[in-house]
Amino acid sequence: MRYSNYIYIFIMAAVTYAIRALPLTLIRKPIKNRFLQSFLHYVPYVTLAVMTFPAILTATQSPVAGAAALAAGIAAAWLGAGLLPVAAICCGVVFVLELFLC
Amino acid sequence: MNSIHTQNKHINLHALQEGLRDGIPIALGYLAVSFSLGIAAQAAGLTPFQGFLASITTNASAGEYACFMAISTGAAITELLLIMLITNGRYLLMSCSLSQKFSPGTPLRHRLLAAFAITDEIFGISIAIGGYLNPYYMYGAILIASPCWALGTVLGIVAGNILPLRAVSALSVALYGMFLAVIVPPARKEKIIGVLIVVSFVLSFASEHLPVVSSLSSGTRTIILTLVISAAAAVIRPVKLTEEEKSDEIQ
Repeated sequence: MRYSNYIYIFIMAAVTYAIRALPLTLIRKPIKNRFLQSFLHYVPYVTLAVMTFPAILTATQSPVAGAAALAAGIAAAWLGAGLLPVAAICCGVVFVLELFLC
Repeated sequence: MNSIHTQNKHINLHALQEGLRDGIPIALGYLAVSFSLGIAAQAAGLTPFQGFLASITTNASAGEYACFMAISTGAAITELLLIMLITNGRYLLMSCSLSQKFSPGTPLRHRLLAAFAITDEIFGISIAIGGYLNPYYMYGAILIASPCWALGTVLGIVAGNILPLRAVSALSVALYGMFLAVIVPPARKEKIIGVLIVVSFVLSFASEHLPVVSSLSSGTRTIILTLVISAAAAVIRPVKLTEEEKSDEIQ
């Protein structure tokens, strides 16, 4: 059977919120265990890296433009550019390259 | 007492402003990404208002996309629950990670509110903050990002082809650019993080092409890869307990 869209929307919001809120509210103290501490220290970098590549190659019309944006983004971030400049450089590289590629 | 109160207010306001500022590129990226999400929502039979409601309350790209696909086939509630758990499971890890980023004295109400702001991108900018994280920073970012996310969804539903493809293509890498701006600078200081980024890229690429693994959803692959790589790194290179920053924070 098909439910009302509002029921689906409510479930989406409630489950997603519960996933986000449980650890943050239940873990109130600094974790002392060295393995867990190290694990949680590395999680952000690994998860963001995993989500970036190879997804960036298929986000654009041309994978070449995506690859160029990746290279430019890494170079700019390495040289110390902030969030907005790095994001803008990546967008600019794709826009200009795709003028020729697509 | 009064002056401390005023000082805290000032600090919170400052964090809110910084969050708003760093939320601008996120909001722009969201506009582009949620636009394509709106097209999927329209296909699932959602009205512009329902699309707005779904996006402003859920704030999840892959999760919403998968749900809209399921809704379009008239999914059972259990199926929807499973999809949400798989596509949004990574937020559980992010939330664990952020729990260590907040000052232990952060009140419950702030933890409950900040949890709402855990998206891939806001998590990304939040972990880049030095020292303890002020929840107001996350509030600033979500205040500007979430409305844009919902607005993009509505625009996608109302007019699927209002933006030229070229512009959508260019804007869609904004999010990845921000991820890079978060993960690359620490790699200069900690070599292990640079190594982890390269390993993550390689294994993520491989997992898209390996048999069995490639048949899993990208959300599930993200969870598995994050668990495996981070655990391996924690065993091979545990962080030093006597880190100067850590002891400074505890004192």
